Amino acid sequence: MGDFGKNAEAALASAKLRGNLRRAMDGLMAKRGAQFADADEWSRLRALGTNVRRRSLARLPELLRKLEETCTANAIQVHWAETPAEANQVVLDILRRNGAETVVKGKSMVSEEMHLNGYLEENGVEILETDLGEYVIQLAGETPSHIIMPCIHKNRDEIAKLFEDKIEGAAYTEDPAELTEIARKALRRRFAEAGAGVTGVNFAVAETGTLCLVENEGNGRMSTTLPPVHIAVMGIEKVVESLEDVAPLLSLLTRSATGQGITTYVNMISSPRRADDRDGPREVHLILLDNGRSSIHADADLRPTLQCIRCGACMNHCPVYSRVGGHAYSSVYPGPIGKILMPQISGFACYGDLPGASSLCGACVDVCPVKVPITDILVQLRARLEKTKGLSLGSVAWTGWKIMHASPGLYRLVTRVLGLVGGLIPRCAPLLRAWTRVRAKPRFAPKSLHRLAREGGFDHE
Amino acid sequence: MSESARDAILGRLDAGARPPEVPDGDFQVMAGRPGTVSERIERFRTAIEAANAEVHATTPAGWPAFLMARLNEWGIDRIAFGRESWAGRQLIGDRGEAANGLVPFEGAIEDFKETLFACDAGLTTTRGAIAETGSLILWSGPDEPRALSLVPPVHVALVRTGSIHATLHEAMTADRWRDGLPTNAVLVSGPSKTADIEQTLVYGVHGPRRLVVILLADVPGGDDGP
Ligand code: SF4
Repeated sequence: MGDFGKNAEAALASAKLRGNLRRAMDGLMAKRGAQFADADEWSRLRALGTNVRRRSLARLPELLRKLEETCTANAIQVHWAETPAEANQVVLDILRRNGAETVVKGKSMVSEEMHLNGYLEENGVEILETDLGEYVIQLAGETPSHIIMPCIHKNRDEIAKLFEDKIEGAAYTEDPAELTEIARKALRRRFAEAGAGVTGVNFAVAETGTLCLVENEGNGRMSTTLPPVHIAVMGIEKVVESLEDVAPLLSLLTRSATGQGITTYVNMISSPRRADDRDGPREVHLILLDNGRSSIHADADLRPTLQCIRCGACMNHCPVYSRVGGHAYSSVYPGPIGKILMPQISGFACYGDLPGASSLCGACVDVCPVKVPITDILVQLRARLEKTKGLSLGSVAWTGWKIMHASPGLYRLVTRVLGLVGGLIPRCAPLLRAWTRVRAKPRFAPKSLHRLAREGGFDHE
Repeated sequence: MSESARDAILGRLDAGARPPEVPDGDFQVMAGRPGTVSERIERFRTAIEAANAEVHATTPAGWPAFLMARLNEWGIDRIAFGRESWAGRQLIGDRGEAANGLVPFEGAIEDFKETLFACDAGLTTTRGAIAETGSLILWSGPDEPRALSLVPPVHVALVRTGSIHATLHEAMTADRWRDGLPTNAVLVSGPSKTADIEQTLVYGVHGPRRLVVILLADVPGGDDGP
């Protein structure tokens, strides 16, 4: 619902933001690059990961039914929600039934899609983000600006100030180790006292009814082990067929996301506390959220959007994202994946400007571990968006461009005319204005390259 | 509500154009380098040390003495463990009761929480380990509750060298995980960490700050093997 152009301009003007982003992106790109130094292994692993995701999507309805069956057999309670509002309601009902007043939460982008925090707070439930980055964001009253590193836009001075202001008894320090210690202390008892834990799911395994959750901090383990109730929320596309399928995806995910061979913890949750277990939640709930995904699945051109495993590599490598940061997109998912996903789940009315916010350079496609054809989908979305708009100055200009390039005579004529009088077009002419507002006006060469070549004696094509 | 949401979602998926079937992929790339036992031990050690874990080696019979002799040096006054696991039984040994500083997990977590939060360390066995990524495979259960490896600031884990697999894929297929997963299985590859503040790596966030791995050479080819 934002205005990408305006936001981007403001972001570009912030030297601090650009510095924070540049440092972070350079680090993430280098670490990922080191993980995939063996080009042959990368291409084979990537082919396998892509195959797993495509196969899962090809069998999506069967796999979801199977997942429901195996989870239920494991005593995990499965809920379905078409919309974020329905999913929020399910969460609240579970909390109310269990008398849970405080919730500890692990990082989950689907819960961001649901705006779960705001909803629960409105309903009198205290919800605490426990991933360090998310904790920072929650204290600051902001939203994550990156799907893997939520507070990547902030530097240590900002976090130091925030902790000093918002956490009781916290002294000002810019040392990341000391800041981390402050957060550890502030949250430690909260895990033990919370009425429920809420997390996302990275992969759900249909054959065994297992929820996989990757993390480094241990907050995911705490949130799914200590409170009496665990609620997991996931998009319906996250299901895979077998446990074996998890191996390649896990490797691709952690190496692409943060350049780690594996995260510190990989949780595989297959049931609530069993009769003879001594710990673990007494109830585990799985909420399957659609939020537009089933419609994307029905559209063959857009379906590959659902292959995404949310590694964030596309944003780290995007020349647009790495300059403007996540908030400019005013969306839950920023960067290249956000540009294709947001208009599809929330509509062109809100996010119609995102598909245009790309130079189609394809850096995202080169690094995507599961070959989501981001640029193809961007072009698809642009075409569909144009259709909804009808005739515009832009569409007329492009139609003219197309005709001109398809006819050699016309091409020669137009380039010659522009070469002679193009300089007379004023800076503020329609279409040109958007370009010249922040850039020099392009100068037309008096002679086109074709003509120079011909004059130089290269008269064959 | 959820009944109708379920039907609507599945209905849309069923009604949509059926994507072409995708054949199974080639899992060959997951096999990694199998290697001999000592190569696997070395790879495991290098990988998990790179993630800031400490690795020691001793024998399957000698580890309780090895551990007890070092608790002091490691600054551990109270270490929690599962009484009924093979490690727990070995640790208590003929004494029939736990020595000073050894704290068996009693009852359910609700009753044991305060005690556990006050312990300096937790001891667990492992189902196995993974050489490629330097990971422990923890298989929690009644004998060894999952909080043991999570709540105390130090986690001490016993790894039998013969149980180190080359890759995760090999571990899950060779060991047939699909036939019976516990409530919670977890791969642990170092002490808990974060890089959320300016990508600066910090160890010890919400999970243990220190991970101590004790290798038990139970097959020839290990550190103490022939
Ligand atoms: S689109 Fe690809 S690169 Fe981007 S987050 Fe998804 S999986 Fe990662």
